[in-house]
Amino acid sequence: MLKTYTYPKYAYRTPPEIASGKVLKLPVVVVGAGPVGLGMALDLDLQGIPVVLLDEDDTVSIGSRGVCYAKRALEILDRYGVGDAVCAKGVSWNVGRTFFRESEVYNFNLVPEPDHHRPGMVNLQQYYLEEYLVTQAASRPGIDLRWTNKVVSVAQAASGVALKVETPDGMYTVEADWLIAADGARSPIRRMLGLEVEGKIFMDRFLIADVVMKADFPAERWFWFDPPFHPNQSVLLHKQTDSVFRIDFQLGWDADPEEEKKPENVLPRIRAMLGDEREFELEWVSVYTFQCRRMGRFNHGRVLFVGDAAHQVSPFGARGANSGLQDADNLGWKLKLVVDGKAPASLLDSYSEERVYAADENLMNSTRSTDFITPKSRASRTFRNAALGLAKDHAFGRALVNSGRLSVPSYLVASSLNTPDEDSFAGRMLPGAPMDDAPIEQDGIPGWLLQSTGNRFQMMVFVDDPATVDVAALSALDCDGIRVEPLIISRRAVSADSLACIYDVRGVTYQRYDARPGTAYLIRPDQHVAARWRGVDAAKLRAAVARACGRS
Amino acid sequence: MVLNLNPNLSEAGKRYFNAYSPGDDFYELLIGAHRDLSDEQSELLNARLILLLANHIGDIGTLREALAVAREGV
Repeated sequence: MLKTYTYPKYAYRTPPEIASGKVLKLPVVVVGAGPVGLGMALDLDLQGIPVVLLDEDDTVSIGSRGVCYAKRALEILDRYGVGDAVCAKGVSWNVGRTFFRESEVYNFNLVPEPDHHRPGMVNLQQYYLEEYLVTQAASRPGIDLRWTNKVVSVAQAASGVALKVETPDGMYTVEADWLIAADGARSPIRRMLGLEVEGKIFMDRFLIADVVMKADFPAERWFWFDPPFHPNQSVLLHKQTDSVFRIDFQLGWDADPEEEKKPENVLPRIRAMLGDEREFELEWVSVYTFQCRRMGRFNHGRVLFVGDAAHQVSPFGARGANSGLQDADNLGWKLKLVVDGKAPASLLDSYSEERVYAADENLMNSTRSTDFITPKSRASRTFRNAALGLAKDHAFGRALVNSGRLSVPSYLVASSLNTPDEDSFAGRMLPGAPMDDAPIEQDGIPGWLLQSTGNRFQMMVFVDDPATVDVAALSALDCDGIRVEPLIISRRAVSADSLACIYDVRGVTYQRYDARPGTAYLIRPDQHVAARWRGVDAAKLRAAVARACGRS
Repeated sequence: MVLNLNPNLSEAGKRYFNAYSPGDDFYELLIGAHRDLSDEQSELLNARLILLLANHIGDIGTLREALAVAREGV
């Protein structure tokens, strides 16, 4: 098989516990250095919490696996310092084609909404993402990334967690105040703690292949329902970077995975699909089944579950790594407040509450896609085929065709951390919403709104003229130990003394936030709206911050 | 009344953040209504549903148009 990628091998180093013979009490241990565990470590590092990250392996993910990284994940990766690398290496695509039997039913062009830094999604093999995250984590003195460190037991007490870890140098014990399990769908931590994960397994198998195309092939997403080269099943073709294409063949439940994986069985399928003499080579092939399920809650005392360890979805709609990164995004700042004693430990219940809500939305959307793609009854198949037939000529039919819905972040509108609106606003930036990006200028340099936010509480205050801002009052925004940094958004290009002031160069921020001079937004460290008003009021702000920190 | 062939589904009081959500909501309801039915029962359900919706639409001109569009693809 061809190799377009060389897997790095990360060095094992003797852990300090073994070197010194002492058990150290650590604030936070993260288990699992996949995209979510690495993101979690980087998030905690941004919050100033030292992290030990344990992984039983010594390299990145084998095979492409996660392929599609959506806008919100890219924005989070920007905070983690790898957004540029991922976007530079990743492939952007806009055109999707849907085929039913012999012919193309319709195509769509997902022209990105203008005035956002990041596109709707990029395609990139998971190993590249992990490699960039590892490089970033290795550059952070606060992150101690330990390869070939396998957790073999876990015990939880009221005050913390004790882990036994196996290494090439033997066993050692780690004690931590908090444990974050990012150890994947089969989560050994979850199993060792005897915790349940509930949901359903889909009785279907899929063959996935990474194929290197030797000739030009368009950067498009092609989806086939019931194609002549693979009757009664579905097939997906997706472009990745380095001319590697990802192909997913639905196989059905009765398929023999070992048999199907053999090149002599895979190659004819692909040749039939391409339908011509285009040259290609196989790079990686695997067979998978999937489950749609989640844990009842994501926090259990001192143990917090993130990513696939907490919830698993079908791959249709790219909601695995994308939602896992949003778990890390949600958890980092909350854990920091709890570790610092600035918020009660019950704030972590809101991590579970908000991310369970998001997981349910992801499970719903990916289950709907799965049910459309792989109908379970004759009636269901008839409706699907009818929708595909109508889609050819009618817009309403196209709206019903579901070959996977692009991963978008949840609007956490039901969260207990939100302060309900008292004033009236239009648009979608309601409490609980993930912030919309917008083009801005700061000190004459073009940039993006989201680059000026994140990692701390901020109050965005919209003004006509920064000179009218009461600098002293806004600088003193300390809400019982939690600093709220002012972010002045001006319609005029002037800089305000000692306060962050950004220029809404094209008026997009004003428009997206339905702002008027005086409008104020309380923004969480994870770039979600916590509260908003038509004017700044210190008492209301203090109450909203207390609420967003789970103090009331 | 002219037959509307553009996406037209929504639920009163519900706020949608994605264009695909109302159509997916309906499709799930529709497939859910058929759960655990035999093929024959499903056919009967579909027939009853068409009769109910036809009566609700009321305008026979619209129904004639819908029948023609439906028939084209069969």
